[in-house]
Amino acid sequence: MIVKIVAIGIVASILAIVLRKEKPEFAAVVGIMTGIVILTMLMDDIQAVLQSIKIASEKAGVEPRYIALLIKIIGISYITQFGSAIAKDAGEGAIASKIDLGGKIAILLLSAPLLFALLNLIIGILP
Amino acid sequence: MDTGVDLIFKIAIIGVITALLSQLLVNSEKKELGLMVSITGLVVVLFMVVNEINSLFQTIKSVFGL
Repeated sequence: MIVKIVAIGIVASILAIVLRKEKPEFAAVVGIMTGIVILTMLMDDIQAVLQSIKIASEKAGVEPRYIALLIKIIGISYITQFGSAIAKDAGEGAIASKIDLGGKIAILLLSAPLLFALLNLIIGILP
Repeated sequence: MDTGVDLIFKIAIIGVITALLSQLLVNSEKKELGLMVSITGLVVVLFMVVNEINSLFQTIKSVFGL
């Protein structure tokens, strides 16, 4: 698995270097496609890891709602990083930072209810 | 899985061919045709990639429960 990923990465990097001189846009597309292939290969393993985390947390008695939230946040950060790395590779640092901002806001929005629940708990405990 | 690797090579080959054709056309005093070839090659490649992006995002959505 890891050997396959490294091989794909090296070959795609060389292809992108060759293309960058003449047609930088094709180099960007090769980069996108390589990212897609590697992420798709990893998805099964990621699912297995998430499944084991879920099982372990169920045994520990953590509420499944919170673990689902955590997994959602991990997914958002994967997608955000994928997009922003592509934008940065294409030389668009401004767009990349906007994508990062969007990911941060999405994570904040998802975790806000949890944060307020914690705050309410603390306020309830206080005399 | 293998189709994805295939697609990387396909994109690279289309890029090389497009660069070659556009260079040829630009050198023979047909700049606008060279530009057209470049744009067409890019559009073809983008059509190939869009489906893959869609399927990746669907997979991520289902795995992470987004």
